[in-house]
Amino acid sequence: MDLRFTPEEIAFRDEVRAFFRTALPKEVREKLVLGHHASKEELVAWTRTLNAKGWSVPHWPVEYGGTGWSPVQQYIFQDEMQAAPAPQLLAFGANMVAPVIYTFGTEEQKRRFLPRIANLDDWWCQGFSEPGSGSDLASLKTSAKRDGDHYVVNGQKTWTTLAQHADWIFCLVRTDPAAKKQEGISFLLIDMKSPGVTVRPIQTIDGGREVNEVFFDDVRVPVENLVGQENKGWDYAKFLLGNERVGIARVGVSKERLRRVRELAALERVGDVPLIEVPRFREKLAAVEVELKALEMTQLRVVAAEGRRERGKPDPASSILKIKGSEIQQATTELLLEVVGPFALPFQEEPEEGRNEPPIGPDWAGSVAPAYFNWRKISIYGGSNEIQKNIIAKAILGL
Amino acid sequence: MDFDLSEEQRLLKDSVDRLLADRYDFEARKRYRGTEEGFSREIWAQYAELGLLALPFAEEHGGFGGGPVETMIVMESLGRALALEPYLATIVLGGGLIRRGASDEQKAALVPDIAAGERLLAFAHTERQSRYDLHDVATTARRDGAAFVLNGEKSVVLHGDGADAILITARVAGGRRDRGGIGLFLVDARDPGVSRRGYPTQDGQRAAEVSLSDVRVGPEGVIGSAEDALPLVERVVDEAIAALAAEAVGCMAEMHALTVEYLKTRKQFGTTIGSFQVLQHKAVDMFVALEQARSMAMFGTMMAADEDETERRRAAAATKVQIGRSAKIVGQNAIQLHGGVGMTMEFKVGHYFKRATMIDQLFGDADHHLERLGALGGLMAA
Repeated sequence: MDLRFTPEEIAFRDEVRAFFRTALPKEVREKLVLGHHASKEELVAWTRTLNAKGWSVPHWPVEYGGTGWSPVQQYIFQDEMQAAPAPQLLAFGANMVAPVIYTFGTEEQKRRFLPRIANLDDWWCQGFSEPGSGSDLASLKTSAKRDGDHYVVNGQKTWTTLAQHADWIFCLVRTDPAAKKQEGISFLLIDMKSPGVTVRPIQTIDGGREVNEVFFDDVRVPVENLVGQENKGWDYAKFLLGNERVGIARVGVSKERLRRVRELAALERVGDVPLIEVPRFREKLAAVEVELKALEMTQLRVVAAEGRRERGKPDPASSILKIKGSEIQQATTELLLEVVGPFALPFQEEPEEGRNEPPIGPDWAGSVAPAYFNWRKISIYGGSNEIQKNIIAKAILGL
Repeated sequence: MDFDLSEEQRLLKDSVDRLLADRYDFEARKRYRGTEEGFSREIWAQYAELGLLALPFAEEHGGFGGGPVETMIVMESLGRALALEPYLATIVLGGGLIRRGASDEQKAALVPDIAAGERLLAFAHTERQSRYDLHDVATTARRDGAAFVLNGEKSVVLHGDGADAILITARVAGGRRDRGGIGLFLVDARDPGVSRRGYPTQDGQRAAEVSLSDVRVGPEGVIGSAEDALPLVERVVDEAIAALAAEAVGCMAEMHALTVEYLKTRKQFGTTIGSFQVLQHKAVDMFVALEQARSMAMFGTMMAADEDETERRRAAAATKVQIGRSAKIVGQNAIQLHGGVGMTMEFKVGHYFKRATMIDQLFGDADHHLERLGALGGLMAA
């Protein structure tokens, strides 16, 4: 047992870090440090920079463009990217639909979609949740009826993240209304430009526009866009949801945020002393750091065991990563809210949305309260923490 | 990075686990606890036979050269078994102070007897006013030629009543809370100037109040620097924190396993209570707390050997914070989910709860270490 990185792993980390330092545009990094989001153009450009280096989809099998890195290397890469901080790559394509396509799709689907995902030529979004189907996803109602060599899709998806930018959506649709609820579902790829697709934005409590409703009215989808077998979509969805393990805890993101908390708490003063020297505050921060260190070790234990696991069989312990990871990320936003004090209040638009006015309070203040509001989502999406607890109770504890 | 045990480490774990499985069931433990010494000499001899008592000492002194990982393995197993023998007091604390602080002559005189199970040690540092501050020392060591004369009172000396020799912190110079001026002295427990009042502790182990009245210690009993032993003491206590973390993980793992088992068998309202979601989620909270503690015990173990003092101290503090917090979640829920059964001395889970709770009270509780970590600039400051 040796819990340290090997010299080779450290050399790899240094290589990754050095590349990020030179390849990531300074203004993008600074924007993220201030707590703002990368624009679509910035994310596309960053993905292409990585793709040119061969690093945009490192976790894919080598034959489709992956790097062949060990699980530990994958972890280091993710961690460094999150901690840089660099824009988070779009998960819907590279991490969600792509593994389904290269595992269950046809050769034609692989050839057609995978290279465009790796280069972010196609922006994907996820059509799973519906107004009546949240945690009970399998109750979904959006229907797809076979009509010659097409499916005709009708229904509504919701909470569709960044659908306003999307070229494609992968959807769970009901193809057999008579079957038991999990057994009548299929996995369909739908071109967002198809006639009958309508996107309506939902404004979230932070004031942002990140999620949408997507409506399907008699949308005709060619049958070659079915992935795998008809009525087996639930299996692929489970595969997809369990597939994203490395980085699910987003340890690097929390590390970067805690560094930021420490840095800003050294600048803000409470009376005559910096906030960071107020024992109550620094102990609260230290407590989150301890939780994060424990989570990092837990993550590394899962990663180290990954190599021995069957492909596509996620470690149920990754549910811990989701629960603790979300709690810690949320705690970082609470700490920042405490640091910013009264300047949490002014509502300020993000810079790219046409603000010319000088910032009110410190230049980082505007994003703090919105981040706190927005990140409440982390314990809800991807299977809420309560669902994660159900999974652990069943799969690990056998209850 | 490698989380797997080596072949030798696996062998070590298997042999400890086998011994404890054979000889340390709940009834046997009760018997050992009921003896005058409060543990089993026979089992202690078996530890010696297995090499556990020689484990951390260097090979040239008759040991096996084991490191923090080996100690972690043993302590976790002892935690699972709720073992009562003075492994922490004699090997981790006393042995650690000797291993890191004693001269070669001292080691040659002491280690073989320790490794053979024929010499028990205790470490006396706590005083009535000191709480968890190792540098708060009122016990005095007055120079008398090449010797020292010790006077003072030490409290809650783990396994102090059964020890053959006691390692004692005493002030050679400076004020009560000065970091400098502290010496570490090895005192024969049967010295006429040493009086001991032994008692059971809440977790079924033993401790003693120790009074020192003009106890004379020659140069052969001075461990490390006579006036600057605090760094040695702190280093060994940081190692002990990692060891205690492993023991606590053993306790927590058993509490969790017992609780899940109980949820699967106990029936109420016509069904097993484990089918109730509110109880499932509590069991999951315990599991998450346990795994976080396990991760942190590994981190603490890895860092216990680190040569960078600041990093080591931060890691020890962080480990103790996590262990203390996790132990509360696991322990309190274990009792709650067992209901009335969890409250009885006749059932094992309560005994684990008591040990895990007392571990938090040793060498600084979670809040103490959080304060310390805050003052050290946090865990990620470097």
